Amino acid sequence: MMTENIQNIGKSSINVCSNVGYAGIFLLKTIFRKPRLVKGFPLLIKEVFSVGVFSLPIILVASIFIGMVVGLQGYNILSKFSATEQLGQLIALSVVRELGPVVGALLFAGRAGSALTAEIGLMKTTEQLASMEMMGVDPLWRVIAPRFWAGIISLPILTIIFCAVAVFGGHLIGVEWLGIDAGSFWSNMQSSVDFRIDVLNGIIKSIAFGFVVTWIAVYQGYATVPTAAGISRATTRTVVYASLAVLGMDFVLTAIMMGGW
Amino acid sequence: MSQASEQLIRAENVTFNRGQQVIFDDVTLSIPRGKITAIMGPSGTGKTTMLNLIGGRLKPQKGHVYYGDVCVGQLSRKQLYTLREKMGMLFQNSALFTNLSVFDNVAFPIREHTKLPESLIRDLVLMKLEAVGLRGARQLNPSQLSGGMARRVALARAMALDPELIMYDEPFTGQDPISMGVLVKLIKRLNDALGMTSIIVSHDVPETVSIADYIYVIAQGKVVGEGAPESLANDDNPHVKQFMHGLADGVVPFHYPAPDYEHDILSEA
Amino acid sequence: MGNKIIEVSVGLFVIAGIAALLVLAFHVSDFSTYSEHNTYRVSAKFDNIGDLKPRAPVTIAGVKVGQVVGIDLDKKEYKAVVKLRIEAKDNNIPLDSSASIVTAGLLGSNYIAITPGFEDNFIKDNGVIEETNSAIILEDMIGQFIFNSKKDDEKKSET
Repeated sequence: MMTENIQNIGKSSINVCSNVGYAGIFLLKTIFRKPRLVKGFPLLIKEVFSVGVFSLPIILVASIFIGMVVGLQGYNILSKFSATEQLGQLIALSVVRELGPVVGALLFAGRAGSALTAEIGLMKTTEQLASMEMMGVDPLWRVIAPRFWAGIISLPILTIIFCAVAVFGGHLIGVEWLGIDAGSFWSNMQSSVDFRIDVLNGIIKSIAFGFVVTWIAVYQGYATVPTAAGISRATTRTVVYASLAVLGMDFVLTAIMMGGW
Repeated sequence: MSQASEQLIRAENVTFNRGQQVIFDDVTLSIPRGKITAIMGPSGTGKTTMLNLIGGRLKPQKGHVYYGDVCVGQLSRKQLYTLREKMGMLFQNSALFTNLSVFDNVAFPIREHTKLPESLIRDLVLMKLEAVGLRGARQLNPSQLSGGMARRVALARAMALDPELIMYDEPFTGQDPISMGVLVKLIKRLNDALGMTSIIVSHDVPETVSIADYIYVIAQGKVVGEGAPESLANDDNPHVKQFMHGLADGVVPFHYPAPDYEHDILSEA
Repeated sequence: MGNKIIEVSVGLFVIAGIAALLVLAFHVSDFSTYSEHNTYRVSAKFDNIGDLKPRAPVTIAGVKVGQVVGIDLDKKEYKAVVKLRIEAKDNNIPLDSSASIVTAGLLGSNYIAITPGFEDNFIKDNGVIEETNSAIILEDMIGQFIFNSKKDDEKKSET
């Protein structure tokens, strides 16, 4: 009984290790290859369209609501200290540093990541990847790489848009609705938000998240067990793993960035 | 050397296991150039695996698969991809790219491997589609095609680069009699007209027998019978006999291995 | 062709991203204060800077004209050397101006207020504001108020 449990632990850790190893090899094969710019660029554009542009509506709606909610909550708390002029600072810092990159990445994992996994998984299940291989076209280059790069490019752009729109949402609540003076709202924000420290670090975070989320998504798609159940399991795994990875990495990155790095 | 020029593909003493399961046990077979060779056998005997071994998607644990003079299993990744441009493969469920139209599906290998101008690609694609009788369907999406039409489009795509070898993976499965007849005719005609080598993996006996020049029957990981279709029909090997004539019971038993029937029923009560 | 729609919308997507970045840079984070071209540096020595932090605003008559970029300790005099960067368009600060560290509201953060002097010569790049008033430390003030000591008289004569 005891040895059985220990054996199970060992077995699953070996599984985890080999999966991570496969995913790593897969990543290296995808990244390190001679780019074919003339043929590759239109593919990349197409994938930025389906990965990035299609995620834009959900990002826009989510960001404006998050900006408004932070505005309301922040106003309630700040009014206790009669420091409501600091609302702009509160909204901008929380959105640019944390909410933008993290919520953006979570939404991206749910919207684009799961779609990527399902699409690639379906291509594998219907032997489209295999037939591509047999035509002498490497699916890693033709199918995986454009989607991978599109994810890394799209998420930072989405995050930047998220931040700007969320600040606008906060402005709507704070200035238009609750009547904080627009001048002090913006000047407080400007004097406290540092472009290099806050904005750039947020963007760096979102690039890292884009990398991890798309990596997980395309790998789960590529490693799908080719059945209908396999696709649904892979899609679920993408969302779960990607969300956990984003939250975990966020902590590590924040610790590095705050720790005088 | 003369053997190599006559035989396009030779599999020598190929052994292949998937986990504990033995798929091939010391199989040797050869595919003559310019002929239609059929690999037949009951479902689950690894016929598709043989195509994957030839295409280099899998490597045998023992033995070698030669394409002409080159050993497929020992090629580098790049050489393998170059070699595959000489092969076409028709997959069991057609494997058309669902996000591309019929025209773009057939154009796909040409666009990937050549730098031909678009007008020339158009001519080539229309030629291939005409050969399978679907020139009029070029603007359709794969989802709008019937199963038989999809398979014909896949066939046009497989021969888009005029390969030396076309492999058909279960081309007749799930087809109605009409499209089955169309496919049989097409395969035969293309093979004769273009001088290609064809390998058909199938378990549809009458259709395959009607066009194949040479047949291998595989069962339980071994080649149990080979020969021209007529001679194989009179083969005495029980495996071959059962398969070729579609007998319900024989060496391959009707029953999945189970404990004694009487005992099983009584013990439940 | 559908390709055109795809390319146009990707183009718009990227443009929207750049526009949002510009909004973040200039509207949210006031990126312009970092361009060193249209600023000049001034330093000032304080006995005590209290809670002053880098990036605190520098104002004249309540209008922001620059910000604190660095705080060092002068090892000989044991004074705090505060480096300021002031916008080039506000280049008419008289030489005898004084800088004081004040607090925004009762609990707000500290910033530097420059009170202009009367001279006709203006402070140049790498110039020094000689006259300074240290931060008013709230705890000290309360202490002084309670014990009614004469310390503040001495302090006045000092500066």
